[in-house]
Amino acid sequence: MSDNSYDDVRLTPARRFVLAMMALLVGGLAAAVLSIEEEVIELRDLALGNLEASGVGNPVTAVLLNYRSYDTFLEVAVLLLALIGIWAVAKKARIPIKSPNTPVLITFERLFMPLMIVSGGYLLWLGADRTGGAFQAGAVLGALGVLWVAASLWTPNDRLRRLTRPALVVGMAAFLLVGGGMMLLGGDFFEYPREDAKTWILLIETAATISIGITLVMLFIGGIPPNADQNKGESGDHD
Amino acid sequence: MILESEIWLALVVLLPLAGAILTFMAPRYAPQIGTVSGVIVFGAVVALTLAVVESDATRLTVGGWGAPLGIDLVADGLSTLMLLMTAVVGLAITAYAVGYFGESSAHKRAYFWPLWLFLWASMNALFLSGDVFNLYVTLELLSLAAVALTALVGQPAAVQAAMRYMLVGLAGSLMYLMGVAFLYAEIGVLDIMALASVSEATPPVFVSAALITAGLMMKTALFPLHFWLPPAHANAAAPVSALLSALVVKGSFYILLRLWLTVFAPLGDTFAPYVLSALGIGAIIWGSIQALRQPSIKLLVAYSTVAQLGYLFLLIPLLMDDGADRQAVLSGIVYFMIAHAMAKSAAFLSAGNILHALGNDRITSIIGMSRKMPLTITAFALAGISLVALPPSAGFIAKWLLLNEAIDGGQWLLVVVIIAGGLLAAGYVMRVVGPAFRQVADDQLAVANPVVPASMAWSALGLAILAIVLGFTGVYLLDVLDIGVVILTGGEA
Amino acid sequence: MIDLDTGTFYMLVGTVLFGIGFYGLIAYPHLLRKILAMNIMGIGVFMIFIAAAYGSGEGDPDPVPHALVITGIVVAVCATGLALSLAVQVQALTGSPKLDADKE
Repeated sequence: MSDNSYDDVRLTPARRFVLAMMALLVGGLAAAVLSIEEEVIELRDLALGNLEASGVGNPVTAVLLNYRSYDTFLEVAVLLLALIGIWAVAKKARIPIKSPNTPVLITFERLFMPLMIVSGGYLLWLGADRTGGAFQAGAVLGALGVLWVAASLWTPNDRLRRLTRPALVVGMAAFLLVGGGMMLLGGDFFEYPREDAKTWILLIETAATISIGITLVMLFIGGIPPNADQNKGESGDHD
Repeated sequence: MILESEIWLALVVLLPLAGAILTFMAPRYAPQIGTVSGVIVFGAVVALTLAVVESDATRLTVGGWGAPLGIDLVADGLSTLMLLMTAVVGLAITAYAVGYFGESSAHKRAYFWPLWLFLWASMNALFLSGDVFNLYVTLELLSLAAVALTALVGQPAAVQAAMRYMLVGLAGSLMYLMGVAFLYAEIGVLDIMALASVSEATPPVFVSAALITAGLMMKTALFPLHFWLPPAHANAAAPVSALLSALVVKGSFYILLRLWLTVFAPLGDTFAPYVLSALGIGAIIWGSIQALRQPSIKLLVAYSTVAQLGYLFLLIPLLMDDGADRQAVLSGIVYFMIAHAMAKSAAFLSAGNILHALGNDRITSIIGMSRKMPLTITAFALAGISLVALPPSAGFIAKWLLLNEAIDGGQWLLVVVIIAGGLLAAGYVMRVVGPAFRQVADDQLAVANPVVPASMAWSALGLAILAIVLGFTGVYLLDVLDIGVVILTGGEA
Repeated sequence: MIDLDTGTFYMLVGTVLFGIGFYGLIAYPHLLRKILAMNIMGIGVFMIFIAAAYGSGEGDPDPVPHALVITGIVVAVCATGLALSLAVQVQALTGSPKLDADKE
């Protein structure tokens, strides 16, 4: 059997055993689910009750960017960390950047690019009061970038390449500066001034959207894109 | 203090993250920026420690909301000692890495620093977090950084080990998160103290404890879920091995400790603590026997970690026993963590020096090397003394504390295991130290003139000396541990 | 039959997904399959959170678990990205999409 073949999915005795163990696990979990009582503490009322003070109208955005903004900060850090990890491991990009220029893709791209930028921006703005936000907007922009790469519109000499690293870190840097800055100015860590919390949240969200979008594109490429590196010779270094 | 003490809680997380961003932005200057960041972070942790010692345990309400709506960061005696342990080992590893990566490729040099600073930040964030979901995010940060660092050397064995580490780590994180989901569905909050105030021994809480404990056991590499650890720790670059063995596994164990002392305290009188203790016994015996059989120094040291982690779980039944002196048991366990961190990082850094100077780390290659590499061999020997727990080392004090509590609790089986574990450790440490001190003629040495950069030799020796010296300063450390650590009893509702 | 309310039903589905994912993770050696299995486990966990947000179904849902799931999804995407990158590297270095110890 060649090693590259798909898994042999026959139910061997070992797999039967694993299956039995998993059935036991699920049984145990299900039994616990059935005995769950009404929650003792209602975080919901607290979250909804403080909505006005949070500066945004959408309760999920309030949790993400105000009550639990520290979680979201670390989550943006995870995004950057994963990307640095991939660049450390994969070195050169695995997916060929130069794919054939197909007229269909390029036309599609030309038609949709402005639309996607506008809808990304709208989602970002909408996040304050309705369903939307930095992650949704970043995902739309990321998808746009993936199409961009697939249509070979990314050229190694592009002036934008020098902006890759700054764009990757701007989201986390904004969180860090605003969160830490508020504290050094006498507030609590991540405590926005109550009167213009919304402005600060939008500022952070905009920076985060840029970083999320570009990170998703870079995750798709799966390695250091040619010439995206400021450190000459680094990406070509294989040892 | 110029700044209020709460500010240091945020700074010990923010500063290494800022350093990570800068080293990523300017890869050419990564070693310089990384070193400066390391010194600054160390300073911030010392400032936090002084603030906590001076003015009691501190709580930082992030965003000004306060738990349970917001997330609280908490620095009590336990988290402060963990931060300090990380900072001391971290500073030594920073110094070591300057020399170690100075001679490696530009790629490794550029990526080690941001990943290491991310790892440091995630350790600090983990020790301070007072919220079970936030702990999940810090755990994931920690795993991703650790996995990427493991793979950094790029050799097939290391990449495969990193892949396995990743899979086990992710499975462990997801089990932890499932446990958090059950806690939320049953109780409705995420703050540890809020959970603890209403937690009872109901089926969902029990299932949650089982999931969280199993997930964290995987990440801590408790026997028999240790299989991923030796290849990962042995194949990584030397400073990374030291980080993984001395610090990273302690992160997940710390969460286990914290949750069992609070949220899961009502389950203290079930069979669960005894299961952990039994697995601890298995770890000590199995890990030591494997360490006695390994042909290379790094694998030997990695299996020694499997064995030493067993001691952390050994006394969990006494830790959860209202009849025992639980604060004293906790002291023993925490002291053991700190002693092991110093000794194990020193041992891995010395092994790295040996590998660097001789080109391999086979035990047969180091015959007679004590004359040629005195600093490195002395470092390994001192670390070994602490691992074997000979007086007056930190390892001795730690085992003495554990032994006392085991005797007081009448746990004679544990007494036997602790003593037998020491003898086995003596066996595997002597497998390296014995040949190194053998007197042989120059032409019989594997390498005539082994060279170790000074920063690498001295940082290994510095940690090894600490592993001994901390044996004399135990009282001060244990005083810190008394600051504000909440230990709930099972009866309290 | 037990009379299940909607929230409980979805929680049960979540536990089953968790089990299916866990089985796939342990039982099969192909790394891509393992990584996908891990994602199924994750979805199982997220489903429990969402069901907890629904609660008894009366009044507004609890926004906190929704935010936790968004955070969880982003973390899962990041972990999946790094895992895939490692898997590609394993394949490139060893010529096999499986880890040595798992080969049959």
